[in-house]
Amino acid sequence: MSGTDVLRLESVRKTFGSQVVLRDVDLAVPEHSVTALIGASGSGKSTLMRCVNLLEGIDDGAIFLDGSEITDPRADVDAVRRRIGVVFQSYNLFPHMTVLENITLAPRRVHGVGRAEAEARALELLDRLGLAAKAKEYPDRLSGGQQQRVAIVRALATGPRLLLLDEITAALDPVLVGEVLMVVRDLKEQGMTMVLSTHEMGFAREVADRVCFLDGGVVLEQGPPEQVFGDPQEERTRQFLSRVVASGRLQG
Amino acid sequence: MTGEAGAAGPVEVAKEPVGPEGPKRAKDPTGATEPTGVEAFATRAEQDGYRPSERRLAHEAYRRSRARRSALIATASTVLTAVALYLLVVNSPGWEVTRRTFFNLDYARQALPEVLRGLRLNLELMLGCGVLILVFGLLLAVLRTLRGPVFLPVRLLATAYVDFFLGLPMIICLLVMITGVPALRLTGVTTDPLLLGGAALVLTYSAYVSEVFRSGIESVHPSQRAAARSLGLTNAQAMRYVVLPQAVRRVVPPLINNLVSLQKDTGLVSIGGAIDAVYAAKIIAAHSFNFTPYLLAGLVFIVLTIPLTRFADWLTGRMNRRQLQGGAV
Ligand SMILES: Nc1ncnc2c1ncn2[C@@H]1O[C@H](COP(=O)(O)OP(=O)(O)OP(=O)(O)O)[C@@H](O)[C@H]1O
Ligand SMILES: [Mg+2]
Repeated sequence: MSGTDVLRLESVRKTFGSQVVLRDVDLAVPEHSVTALIGASGSGKSTLMRCVNLLEGIDDGAIFLDGSEITDPRADVDAVRRRIGVVFQSYNLFPHMTVLENITLAPRRVHGVGRAEAEARALELLDRLGLAAKAKEYPDRLSGGQQQRVAIVRALATGPRLLLLDEITAALDPVLVGEVLMVVRDLKEQGMTMVLSTHEMGFAREVADRVCFLDGGVVLEQGPPEQVFGDPQEERTRQFLSRVVASGRLQG
Repeated sequence: MTGEAGAAGPVEVAKEPVGPEGPKRAKDPTGATEPTGVEAFATRAEQDGYRPSERRLAHEAYRRSRARRSALIATASTVLTAVALYLLVVNSPGWEVTRRTFFNLDYARQALPEVLRGLRLNLELMLGCGVLILVFGLLLAVLRTLRGPVFLPVRLLATAYVDFFLGLPMIICLLVMITGVPALRLTGVTTDPLLLGGAALVLTYSAYVSEVFRSGIESVHPSQRAAARSLGLTNAQAMRYVVLPQAVRRVVPPLINNLVSLQKDTGLVSIGGAIDAVYAAKIIAAHSFNFTPYLLAGLVFIVLTIPLTRFADWLTGRMNRRQLQGGAV
């Protein structure tokens, strides 16, 4: 099992000052699988992803990418990041670049792909997400959902081994949520390994192979969606899910 | 019945020539989404049959009358203020003497060509020094952002440099350069007061400008760097492709203000004896005991700087508007 795990976290601990944000977190993400992180706001979902991408250092434990420890101080941070694609909760597109430039920046500057080739690939991806017409626009001229999809294309353009999607639908209306989720579904079909955080339980249930419930920085419960949603073992999970149901976000 | 059929006929005929144009335009990537030009607008207006309502016309008429009223008030108050100031100055006891020593047309006419000839030097200094200052200032700012133990000395040196020249009065820097450097009698080092004065300007202004650039770099949100780094860009690449382009754009207005200030300070180089606009005025003032040439030189500088400051204002306004639009998304 551990041989095919793309990502593995072993008792990861992360603190901000005196606040413990992640406590003994264990997580294994097999190849071609989708893991959904769920949990209340502030439970540490974004922090977990930032740690995986080495944007935050961890206090204890270890994170492995394809079996090698990336939290080792001797690990090449840039090389690790080249293999991980990230879509942030707040898009973080580069406002001074067009959509096409945003997408081709990393392939050209980091991976040494030629301009023509990088652009052709970017346009192909944009076309797949229905954004080909926006290639020459600047991000501030796009709607939220369009920006989010551009951010996804930007993360995909380097052909990452692992894709981290942090609440990519948080700022979108239901129709746009549908659009973006369709993209994720397509990616899953193509075999992309993904970790995503979401408040859309219906989506998590449908797309995820494993669901991981974070509560106060602790993984309280994880397992296949049918189990976590259908037969939660922990009282806290049940409470969280019933609150979510009450707010109408658990129609699968 | 027949009337209707007859009406339908010509309409269809009239539409036919439009037909082939439609698909052609649809293929055009720019024309497809947003038809531009008067013709397109007319077509659209016809299609939805919009006529401005009575209410809108009334509102617009009211706004126009308000605008006229404001313009009238502004003009009147400006004229009144100008007249009051004029009367105040002209009726002051020393006015006659002041007028003769500072506003003498004869001397102004005599001094103008000399001052303008000297001004060339000021402009050359400003351009030459301006380019060097931008390069050094940016370099200093970037050096100060370098992280890692290897760069500690570089960081310290750059910081010390900026601290030193930010505090050092311009005039002392100039005097030290112009009189001190030649006194050292170094071989191969120029004693030309113009070059030394220019060097003093570059030394001092690089420190100012580096602070401007640094504030620009720090104003770029950390998430931008994080996004660049998570795409695999190195620190240097993130700086070059993501942070600097945004930082530089933001600091263009304050940079222009520094340029304006530099433009004035080129006049200080005259203390070394280089004949610029100020020195030319001084020569004439010295043998005529009339200060009109100084005033003239001053006016010339003001005339030069006004377009620059207005340009900076315009740029700032434009960027603020753009930011507002961006924030609305
Ligand atoms: N840079 C930071 N410094 C200090 N505290 C932080 C920092 N980043 C996050 N935190 C804290 O860590 C906790 C977890 O934050 P995190 O962003 O991971 O939550 P989240 O699960 O992603 O929440 P949400 O669903 O609202 O996005 C929060 O209590 C937050 O205040
Ligand atoms: Mg979050």
